[in-house]
Amino acid sequence: MSDAVFDRIRSEINANPVMLYMKGDAMFPQCGFSARVVQILSHMKVPFQTANVLEDAGLRDGIKAFSNWPTIPQLYVKGELVGGCDIVTEMYQSGELESLLAEHGVVPASASASASA
Amino acid sequence: MMGLTPTGREQRLRAAIEQHFQPQSLVIEDESARHAGHAGVRESGAAGGETHYAMLVVSEAFAGLGRVQRSRLVHEALDSEFRSGLHALSLTLRTPQEAAGIR
Repeated sequence: MSDAVFDRIRSEINANPVMLYMKGDAMFPQCGFSARVVQILSHMKVPFQTANVLEDAGLRDGIKAFSNWPTIPQLYVKGELVGGCDIVTEMYQSGELESLLAEHGVVPASASASASA
Repeated sequence: MMGLTPTGREQRLRAAIEQHFQPQSLVIEDESARHAGHAGVRESGAAGGETHYAMLVVSEAFAGLGRVQRSRLVHEALDSEFRSGLHALSLTLRTPQEAAGIR
């Protein structure tokens, strides 16, 4: 695995408090599991960034190796892997996801003064 | 791999989980048919199914571990399956104590 891919991932998960590696993008997810995580984050009005692994085979393999996690989507909060679709769904339902985001100072877009529709 | 029976993957998943986790409860569902034809399935060359599974595992082995750690243990136990076309695995991992709390 090339260092360049790991460097890219490291810089993305550090630059973006909520970073989602997925198939497709937030507007057009290409997989039901990716779509569900997008739906949850959107519903929570959390600002997040996505990277489409289908556009980059190096990234697709790279993200699995980087995190030692064999499936996509993968959600990172403040540089830490939170999990894939199952874990995100469970944590959303239990309220843990909201707590985790709040702990890390990630607030809903509606709570931000500069938010716009 | 040739010559796998239609339930070959499921049997291997079951055997690996039983060996690694001595589960109190284990439910495996083959959801491949619901995902047939989508991009990841086609390119894995596993158009015949055995790509998408959902699994409930209740085991003492998960005690004291967080969600990511529990999933990692299962991923590790099933590493060869991921390398041979297992594309998606939906996991619900509970300790017997937690499972008892589920209605």
